[in-house]
Amino acid sequence: MTGLQLEIQLIAVLAAAACALSGTFLVLRRVAMISDAISHTVLLGIVVMFLLTQDLHSPLLVIGAALTGLLTVGLVSLLLRTGLVREDAAIGLVFPLLFSIGVILISWYAEYVHLDVDAVLLGELAFAPFDRLEVDGLDLGPRRAWLMGAILVINLIFLLALYKELKLTAFDPGLAAVLGFSPALVHTLHLGVVSVTAVGAFDAVGVVLAVALFIVPPATALLLSDHLPVVIALAVAVGAASAVGGYWVAHTFDTSIAGSMATLGGVFFGLAFLGSPSQGLVARAWRHRRQRWEFALRLLVMHLLTHEGTATEAGEAAAAELPAHLRWEPRFAATVVRLAEEAGLVERQNGLLVLTPRGRELAWEVMLYGTG
Amino acid sequence: MGPLDLMVLLLSDHTVRTVAAGAVLMGITSGVLGVYALLRRQSLLGDAMSHAALPGLALAFLVTRSKESAFLLLGAAFAAWVGALGVIAIPNYTRLKPDAALGIVLSVFFGFGLVVLTVIQRLPTAAQAGLDKFLFGQAATILQRDVLTMAVIAALALLVVILGWKEFKLLSFDPAFAAVQGFPVRLLDVALTSLVILAILAGLQTVGVVLMSAMLIAPAAAARQWTDRLSTMVLLAAVFGAAAGLGGVLLSSLGDSLPTGPTIVVCASLLVYGSLLFAPHRGLVWRRLVAGRRQRAVRALQVLAQLYWLGSQHGDPFYPHPAGALRALAGSGVQASLRELAARNWVRRLPDGRVALTPEGLAAVSDFLQQAAPDTPVPPSSESKPEAGP
Repeated sequence: MTGLQLEIQLIAVLAAAACALSGTFLVLRRVAMISDAISHTVLLGIVVMFLLTQDLHSPLLVIGAALTGLLTVGLVSLLLRTGLVREDAAIGLVFPLLFSIGVILISWYAEYVHLDVDAVLLGELAFAPFDRLEVDGLDLGPRRAWLMGAILVINLIFLLALYKELKLTAFDPGLAAVLGFSPALVHTLHLGVVSVTAVGAFDAVGVVLAVALFIVPPATALLLSDHLPVVIALAVAVGAASAVGGYWVAHTFDTSIAGSMATLGGVFFGLAFLGSPSQGLVARAWRHRRQRWEFALRLLVMHLLTHEGTATEAGEAAAAELPAHLRWEPRFAATVVRLAEEAGLVERQNGLLVLTPRGRELAWEVMLYGTG
Repeated sequence: MGPLDLMVLLLSDHTVRTVAAGAVLMGITSGVLGVYALLRRQSLLGDAMSHAALPGLALAFLVTRSKESAFLLLGAAFAAWVGALGVIAIPNYTRLKPDAALGIVLSVFFGFGLVVLTVIQRLPTAAQAGLDKFLFGQAATILQRDVLTMAVIAALALLVVILGWKEFKLLSFDPAFAAVQGFPVRLLDVALTSLVILAILAGLQTVGVVLMSAMLIAPAAAARQWTDRLSTMVLLAAVFGAAAGLGGVLLSSLGDSLPTGPTIVVCASLLVYGSLLFAPHRGLVWRRLVAGRRQRAVRALQVLAQLYWLGSQHGDPFYPHPAGALRALAGSGVQASLRELAARNWVRRLPDGRVALTPEGLAAVSDFLQQAAPDTPVPPSSESKPEAGP
């Protein structure tokens, strides 16, 4: 691994970590798509500020871009306040326009703006290490690494300083308001940080795939844990893994780094979607199956207890009669009986099913406390 | 040369005419289908689906190595379909909400599409040139054959909408009622979502996958402001979509450096924001005007009531008073109100500057007071009313 490769991965990891930090609260707040809008319109801010300053390295670019992000949010809420359009449409009416203006400006001033549409869509990670930050001739490393690092630090400070407020307003805005925290203020500050972060994401992976960094890692993490600090840590880990893995996938197949990062994020999400121990499809299906048998076992012991020692016992407790009485398929009934025997809940005596002490205990438990 | 002449001149060019025809067809399709997406609050689903179409498009090309649009469109349609399924499945099976599902599908599919696209670009064959134009659309590459494809798509979409008019209407406004009535809601839902895919296919070449959502949202949102009738809204959305397409193509044909897709989107956005401002009844300007007129009417009535009340203090409702006395009671803006009242002949101005009720004014104010407070003979007045004697 060359220094160049290492630097690219470093920049990608820094960007992914920053996005995962602020993205977690976007997902919790159910405003994930606002990050799509913000990351699209950041382009307009960058282009306009560049045309004003004529300097692609001006910090004003970052500020302008972040302001455009906030402008987007403001416009969306303004549109919502008119009551003329609903939220989904409001988002979809604002960002395509601002983004289109950005693209038109780029084409218009193509000779001045060293930004082409490819870079807008794909990011320019591969070229990032060539842009060095030099102070007095001393090479301090890639400029982008410093930018991403600064953005990550902003995210960290924001998260640490307002962790309690962020958590409360995300989970229970009503309670937050009652307790005297302003959910609107926290929300606005958060979107401000998202806008700044979007500038970094834009640099790393371009306009469309910024969402892949903001949303996919936190969504994956939310499938894996219920504990917010763990979710945040997992989100950062998934983001970083997508960044590093994406780089190597792109390197191996000679393809787009940004695209590979997003794809790998999708793979991680798919794995969690299927295999998460608590929420994954596989675990759910398994749990569903198990619950079906457990329910059947409880039904069986209840049935036996009800008729135990009564005149009808001979008819009701015969294994062969179960399908008729409990309306089970014969094969299903046979399996339930076998499972019950294996679990030591029932025994066969003269062709009748008889509860063992354990079976009777379970049956009483179900009688008294229900099937749960 | 007027804009109309310019349009005719531009349209005399064969290429521009072809491209314009394609854009107009795209506008009609997406306008009509966007109406249903908008009414069902699925505007952003179109966004996710159009992005999701990219990998299908690219994979179709990679497999067939052919730019035959039928293959590409099939691939795109399939991928968009899978994307839509994902958007529906994720909130169904996990704790994640629809907004996160949209973001995940949109970005992951698009990212994978870019991966495949980059692979294609590195292929030694030259045939792949232009495929990346599906990102932003490359209207200039539209051929007559493509226009034909778009016409077929548009016709298909319109046909389905007309055939299923009643059912789609019911589904869009009251899906629960539709289900109770025994309509196959699930099937209709799938049909409508699949129709949106048709619109996306129509827009691939003209505006591209990135901006396609705007064409699904903007014409429909603009049309919504002008009418409360579904049929009118659908027609208007088609007209707006077509106008945005035509306008975008013509504008971008004026200069080399104006990309068609974004220009079409800007045109569509202008239509929306114009409608939001100026549409009758719903538009912001209209609402402001109506509110202003109402406020003025209320103020005028207030002044009239003050005049009547002052007069009744003198035992003569027609007793003239200086305008200054009214100002003290009714606040600023009295002169404007008096002008309005004088114009209606409810108040007459005496040469010495005093004002008095006319018989018509008296009738109007008693009418008003009867309606406002049937039991009180003394007119209620605003804040700074001096204490009236018993």
